[in-house]
Amino acid sequence: MTSKTWQKPLLAVLLAFAIIFPMVAANDYYIYVMSLAYIMAIAAVGLNLILGYTGQLNLAHAGFMAIGAYTVGVLTVDYGVPYWIAFVLAGALSAVVGFFAGLLSLRLKGHFFSIFTLCVGFIIYLIIEKWDALTHGTVGIIDIPAPSGLGPIRFDNTWSQYYLVLFFLVLSLWFMSRIVHSLLGRAFIAIRNGEDLAETLGINLMRTKVLAFVLSTFYAGMAGALYAGFVRFIGPAMALESHTFDMIAFILVGGIGTLFGPLLGAILLTWLTQSLQFLQDFRMIVFGPLLILLIMYFPQGLIGYWRQRQARRAAASVQDRRLQRSVLASQQEVRSNA
Amino acid sequence: MNIFFQQVLNGLTLGSVYALVALGLTLVYGILHIPNFAHGALYMVGAYVAFYLVGSLGANYWVAMAGAAVVVAALAVLSDRLIFHRLRNAPPLHDMIAAIGLLLFLEAGIQAIWGAEFHRLAPPYPQIVRLFDLVAPAQRLIIIAAAFGLMFVLHLFLTRTLTGSTIIATAQNREGAALVGIDATKVSVLTFAISGALAAVAATLFSPINLIYPSMGHLVIMKAFVIIILGGMGSIPGAIVGGLVIGFAESFGAFYVSTNYKDIIAFALLVLILSFRPQGLFPSGARA
Repeated sequence: MTSKTWQKPLLAVLLAFAIIFPMVAANDYYIYVMSLAYIMAIAAVGLNLILGYTGQLNLAHAGFMAIGAYTVGVLTVDYGVPYWIAFVLAGALSAVVGFFAGLLSLRLKGHFFSIFTLCVGFIIYLIIEKWDALTHGTVGIIDIPAPSGLGPIRFDNTWSQYYLVLFFLVLSLWFMSRIVHSLLGRAFIAIRNGEDLAETLGINLMRTKVLAFVLSTFYAGMAGALYAGFVRFIGPAMALESHTFDMIAFILVGGIGTLFGPLLGAILLTWLTQSLQFLQDFRMIVFGPLLILLIMYFPQGLIGYWRQRQARRAAASVQDRRLQRSVLASQQEVRSNA
Repeated sequence: MNIFFQQVLNGLTLGSVYALVALGLTLVYGILHIPNFAHGALYMVGAYVAFYLVGSLGANYWVAMAGAAVVVAALAVLSDRLIFHRLRNAPPLHDMIAAIGLLLFLEAGIQAIWGAEFHRLAPPYPQIVRLFDLVAPAQRLIIIAAAFGLMFVLHLFLTRTLTGSTIIATAQNREGAALVGIDATKVSVLTFAISGALAAVAATLFSPINLIYPSMGHLVIMKAFVIIILGGMGSIPGAIVGGLVIGFAESFGAFYVSTNYKDIIAFALLVLILSFRPQGLFPSGARA
């Protein structure tokens, strides 16, 4: 119970910190890195829905993020479509592709689903790399315009873009919390905990899983669209499975199947990578074993660990109270007997 | 006629390399029900070890192949003992994530030692073999002969020896095998060793006509997964037949359809087949 009462003030403090971060950050580069971490967090929050809440390891997530990014890149650079229209279309296109990919892949279970999505991700990568006429092939798309202004607000510097990304991060976390706390969210968790049992409870497995998949790809597409407008250069490599692996690392470190786990993991690991600049290319020498050790000894991640401790403490205090009560009762009994 | 023969030869070469990799993958899956995403990294490490032995130590090609097989087999056994064995009671998700961690580590480790650039194993047999009016590079013939020879030996080992039968028995029924006194630890060590050695041999065979780089295992492992899904997870004949099917589909597809998209063929085939038959082509053992 204590964690519930703490939650709201804690969130307010975190949000306040996020808002003043650009003012206390030493330079624009830090703001840039933090914005990137937020964008990756949005994608990871989406992946967490299918991986952490629904229990399906989708290895094509980076592919869907790339679809979003390329939608924005191609439409704005080659067809002169305004950023925000492309932005909406990016989420929509990722979700549509996700719907069909989900229909196919979710007929498979467990390992087969993961292997299949690994292949789907690679197909997306190959198509982006080989379809020169549409995607500029291996060269990638450069000079993607920054998000155009909305009314009086302009997004032409790092500061304003930071707040833009922060806005979408808060929005996606809020939306995700609505999802996972709804009946639908319970259905996702029921599927994760046992597909047969979930089906017996009257949950339509296929429909629910496809819905989770589509929602998660929508998140990926949106994150990709933000990425394209923020970094302003995209290449086919962003569809590679190694980026999905990055997001899995974020989720595992922060806490799989928790709302804020992916965000915490994205921020921690991004800054860890930054502080290990010399490791840039070799960060996986650290992250690889970290992933293995986490999954072996610490599979619930930081937030999961915190929750477990809270639960244990709550259980202990309940037991304490029971013990006190029984002691009191026995004392009274002794007194009344005397 | 000659062009057609070239495609057949190409298909056989690719197919036998894929089949070797898929065999290792399917063996491990059959015994431990782990989709070992790190298998492609083992393949890559095998190529680098052979490259090092030949390039820096001046070893003979076949000695290098044996050396690579031993090193990678040891690495595979180590990964089983240190990681997969300890996760045997964990949810399947954990195995997969641990395998991904291992894959990332091996790739980054190799890149730290040898860099990201491409390397090439000097072809030990650069000759061209002529037979009537057909021409074939010797290395391709060696790949095909060695791969099929190895598969034959593996087949004999699995069916004719007691140790081999313990692997088959464990794959068929884990509890049953344990009940008749088969040592599960020994079987899994053996299986991982064989699977690692097969990956290393495949890599050493293929490297003289291909490039060596840290992410060289990605495509191969994904195709191997396609193969064992098509051929039935855990099925040994399925891995061989599947390997050849994909090999031929690629070589003919590259020639008659498009070189650019040849790598997509295997995956498109998988998507197509699983769309109509979610149970795979040869629904053999358990599909959890």
